[in-house]
Amino acid sequence: MQTTAFDRYEQRHSPIHRLDPRVKTVVTGLFILGNILLPDGAWLAFAAAWGLVWISSRLARLPVSFILKRSFIVLPFTLAAITVLFSTQGTAVYTFPLFSHTIAITNEGIVRFTSIIIRSWLSVQGAILLTATTRFPDLMHALRHLRAPRLLVAIISFMYRYLFVLADEAARLLRAREARSAAAAANQGGGSILWRAKVAGGMVGQLFIRSFERSERVYNAMLARGYRGQLMTMNPHDLTRQDWAGLGAAIFLLALIQIIGHLIAIA
Amino acid sequence: MSIASMQLLHIPDGFLSLAISVLTWVITVVVLLVAIRKSEGSFDERLVPLAGVMAAFIFAGQMINFPVAGGTSGHLIGATLAAIVLGPWLAILVMTAVIALQALLFQDGGLLVMGANIIVMGIIPALVGFGLYRIAANQSRRLKLGTAALAAWLSVMAAALVTALLLGFSGTSSFRIAVPAMLGIHALIGIGEALITTAALSFIISARPQLLQNGASTGGRGWIVGGILVTLLVILISPFASGFPDGLEWVAEKNGFLDTAINAPFEILPDYSIPVLGTTSFSTILAGLIGAVGTAVVVWLLARRLRPTPPTPSD
Repeated sequence: MQTTAFDRYEQRHSPIHRLDPRVKTVVTGLFILGNILLPDGAWLAFAAAWGLVWISSRLARLPVSFILKRSFIVLPFTLAAITVLFSTQGTAVYTFPLFSHTIAITNEGIVRFTSIIIRSWLSVQGAILLTATTRFPDLMHALRHLRAPRLLVAIISFMYRYLFVLADEAARLLRAREARSAAAAANQGGGSILWRAKVAGGMVGQLFIRSFERSERVYNAMLARGYRGQLMTMNPHDLTRQDWAGLGAAIFLLALIQIIGHLIAIA
Repeated sequence: MSIASMQLLHIPDGFLSLAISVLTWVITVVVLLVAIRKSEGSFDERLVPLAGVMAAFIFAGQMINFPVAGGTSGHLIGATLAAIVLGPWLAILVMTAVIALQALLFQDGGLLVMGANIIVMGIIPALVGFGLYRIAANQSRRLKLGTAALAAWLSVMAAALVTALLLGFSGTSSFRIAVPAMLGIHALIGIGEALITTAALSFIISARPQLLQNGASTGGRGWIVGGILVTLLVILISPFASGFPDGLEWVAEKNGFLDTAINAPFEILPDYSIPVLGTTSFSTILAGLIGAVGTAVVVWLLARRLRPTPPTPSD
């Protein structure tokens, strides 16, 4: 597996890519917060928020389809919100019988359901944009500057560094199991479910021990190179005039979306 | 690499109200600060490489699956295994790193709701998973493995219940459907988790028994109390939720609820009752119980932090 197997960064030369990671992180956070603060049925504001995503992805030279495709990850979760369709009080638009009860889908329920889905879908697009235009180490650096616990950021950075190493290790275990498990194509080989779970569990245990021992080797190697409990960085970021301008413009637009949402809500 | 079974516990942004998002972040931040202090105390500067590589292990461990039936496969979630082998405090940090990376890199789980996801996937399994396992930590191998299986299953159930409750309080889902649906699905997912966790633990006990001593020594007996408390909460709420077919009556009655909650994002428990149950005394008691247990957990965690740490035996 390559080191870039888990990378979600898209290499481009664009003003969004050049923006300071701190600015991008703060703006993404505010964007998601703004989506949650918008009232149900603020369609115009939702459209404006998506316009912001669209403009940003154009500026970042990323095709809109790229972000749309990845945003489908929230789809399975929409099931969790489906109950608001009939649990919200309001005027019934459609009724159907179920187990001697009458279930009514209300107009208000449809508005609420759609609003939840749109909020979630807009927010995930914001996050995708952040990840696609910011290298992960830069993102971690930004979090450190934004007062996230130093230790936690170091742990996440470490995890990112060893992600592909251990995924490789897991892939080796899976390949070895595959090689040992010969079966006819139509036949699902390998004993009972219990037995299969036991094999998988043994592999996880094996992976744990390999990982634990690797962490000790890594630690010793770090000590040998002068590690004293602090991770150092050699690329300090300074906020330029463009960064401040970008931050100001983004906050202005996000405030505008809120004003649209709360004043001109077309329910 | 989409993991369908996990996505139900990885809440995306937009599904929780602002009040719930902020409340869960506050609880998470307090617990994380304690976890950092505790783990720094036990592992010193070894902490970063150990926790980082272990977080990557959980991520990679989730790749290991086994065919169940009809093209579906079971796989590890790993939170309980982490709590048992690494100890609860370190496990909370490790799971936080896993959740943060999955949200930041793969958009698997939201950013504003990350506090809630850390509670569901990190703090609850540490409480239930480790808390219950701690009871049998010094017993025979068979008892240890049996307890681990039960702890793994219950921690998945507790996580599912808390997710359903958070969705309910946010007005995103109705309790009467979300609670039994989440518990029903996760009763099965939990069995897979229990099987793999037990098998992995059994392997580790046979191959490197000394590794397990580390984990158990970092969590005191207080965890047992926490684990039992959360387990009781699951047991208390589950039978009430299983009265699901009768619960459909509310649709016909349409007793007013959520109408206030929808446009009042700062109201968590309107009138201290659970909206779906109407304003019966049972509803108030349940709302109070949830609040009390939540507060008790926070207070207890704070109290633990204030108490001087006993010197940990070195190996």
